[in-house]
Amino acid sequence: MTTDHSLTAEKLTVGYGDRVVIESLDLLVPPGRITAIVGANACGKSTLLRSMSRLLAPRAGHVLLDGREVHRMPAKELARTLGLLPQSPIAPEGITVADLVGRGRNPHQRILSRWSRDDDVAVAAALDATHTADLAERSVDELSGGQRQRVWIAMALAQQTELLLLDEPTTFLDVSHQVEVLDLLTDLNRDRGTTIVMVLHDLNMAARYADHLIALAAGGVHAAGEPAEVLTEDCVRAVFGLDSQVIDDPVSGKPLMLPIGRHHVRTPV
Amino acid sequence: MSTTLTAVTRGRVRRGRRRQTVLAVLGVAVAVMFLVSLMVGQTFYPPGDVLRVILGGTVPGASFTVGELRLPRTVLALITGLCFGMGGVTFQTMMRNPLASPDIIGISSAAGAAAAFAIIVLNLGETGVSVFAITAALGVALVIYVLSFKDGVAGTRLVLIGIGIAAMLNSATSYILNQAGQWDLQAATRWLNGSLNGSTWNEALPVLLALLVFGPVLLGQARNLTMLQLGDDTAAALGTRLERTRLVSIVAAVGLIAFATSATGPIAFVAFLAGPIAARLVGSGGSVLLPSALVGSLLVLVADFLGQFAFDTRFPVGVITGVLGAPYLIYLLVRTNRAGGSL
Repeated sequence: MTTDHSLTAEKLTVGYGDRVVIESLDLLVPPGRITAIVGANACGKSTLLRSMSRLLAPRAGHVLLDGREVHRMPAKELARTLGLLPQSPIAPEGITVADLVGRGRNPHQRILSRWSRDDDVAVAAALDATHTADLAERSVDELSGGQRQRVWIAMALAQQTELLLLDEPTTFLDVSHQVEVLDLLTDLNRDRGTTIVMVLHDLNMAARYADHLIALAAGGVHAAGEPAEVLTEDCVRAVFGLDSQVIDDPVSGKPLMLPIGRHHVRTPV
Repeated sequence: MSTTLTAVTRGRVRRGRRRQTVLAVLGVAVAVMFLVSLMVGQTFYPPGDVLRVILGGTVPGASFTVGELRLPRTVLALITGLCFGMGGVTFQTMMRNPLASPDIIGISSAAGAAAAFAIIVLNLGETGVSVFAITAALGVALVIYVLSFKDGVAGTRLVLIGIGIAAMLNSATSYILNQAGQWDLQAATRWLNGSLNGSTWNEALPVLLALLVFGPVLLGQARNLTMLQLGDDTAAALGTRLERTRLVSIVAAVGLIAFATSATGPIAFVAFLAGPIAARLVGSGGSVLLPSALVGSLLVLVADFLGQFAFDTRFPVGVITGVLGAPYLIYLLVRTNRAGGSL
């Protein structure tokens, strides 16, 4: 699978009720790369992701997929190209892993069409890729947080989209599961060329795993580019209002941000 | 062929078989109950006689008793059960909440109150009653929706508002029965609990038509409804058109409930019970619309049979389903209360 789908936002304005969350935002998602969106709480990260996947209609501006307005595309056609894993998806009570992953096939099926061999192949591939094949017959209710997140990613994989958006895929996971999920997404990007856009809370994980980092502040893009260019002390101050020191991550060579609070700081820094 | 693929295919086939088996068993059970209800009564008629009457033959005695008395009642039990089962589970699935059943949140009560008003106060005929009932039910569905809307509809708010509205409408029904000076037990149980007593073809026909119109519409939404279970965002991300699915499903489900209710009254808890029982039976995945319809039908047929013959006194069907449904309602409330009080 090769991806050169372009996903862009132009002068995008989005809001809920009479609150404008994102104003006149321009954005370009580099095809075939991993993009991470970071920013302070309530700065519009999730809103941006929901709007890019047409869950939220723009007040003004456009979201364009290959030059076509996302909000005007037929629902299923869009869902065959662009997948979204929301922050807290809901698993129906008692559903098995295999059935849940199978729901990802919906955009490929017609109203009365039978389950096809392609569907089985896609589900099996998704289970294998996420190392959840041995959980297939288990009920989703019984899984641990890390297993469950892998199953949700498997569902998104079964959708077989070339673009995948994920809203905080690592929240509520302990550090080893966080690394596991991010490694999995990296495999996906490298092996299949899937373009990945994810909202991440953890700046350092974002800087390590993303090829392209977008820092949001005040409803707009504060900085975008390679992690080394974007994650600077000035940027952290502007986006989070926090003093920090950014050093070279001895493990990855990417930038590593160390926050400076009021306590536990050596003097002089 | 990879081992995972083999396992996936095998698992799917096995679950599919379970579903087919459950549907077949439910279908047979409904058919048997249907036949038994026609055979048993003050006079017993063997299956042969009953079948001959159904096929239009003349059998002395049976032609009247079975053909004119038992058949309309049993057909009505069968089809209202299908309507309640399918309409109920549609709401429960859509709201992702077993308590959001139309008989809990006031939609059945609306249809019941409107039908009671149309029949007792206005003396309308079948068509008028049905139009009245469906208009009221749609209106109340809209009111509940609007009242519980705040950044989207939350299940809990909808259920609580619905319970309040149901209580108001039930008192309206009592008031109508009182004012009309017709507070006899028959009318009261029919419009407050549901009853099949004195059913005629005139009552069964509109329900049958509603079933033929709205049933297929709802079955067409089956896959979309199962997608809604994943939450709005996931469902939409997987290509489901949320608003369209909701609109079509609500109108069709309210239609089924309203027509059935205007014929028999709101038979207690059938809409509420059928879905969860069906889901337990068919297991994971797939749509529960069809199994739920069959369970609803079986519930009404069995409850009506028990009500007529199991006790010294004859009880209307709604009293029996009420006795069956109330413990489950309590169980659900206790369980959600333990889980943190968020319904």
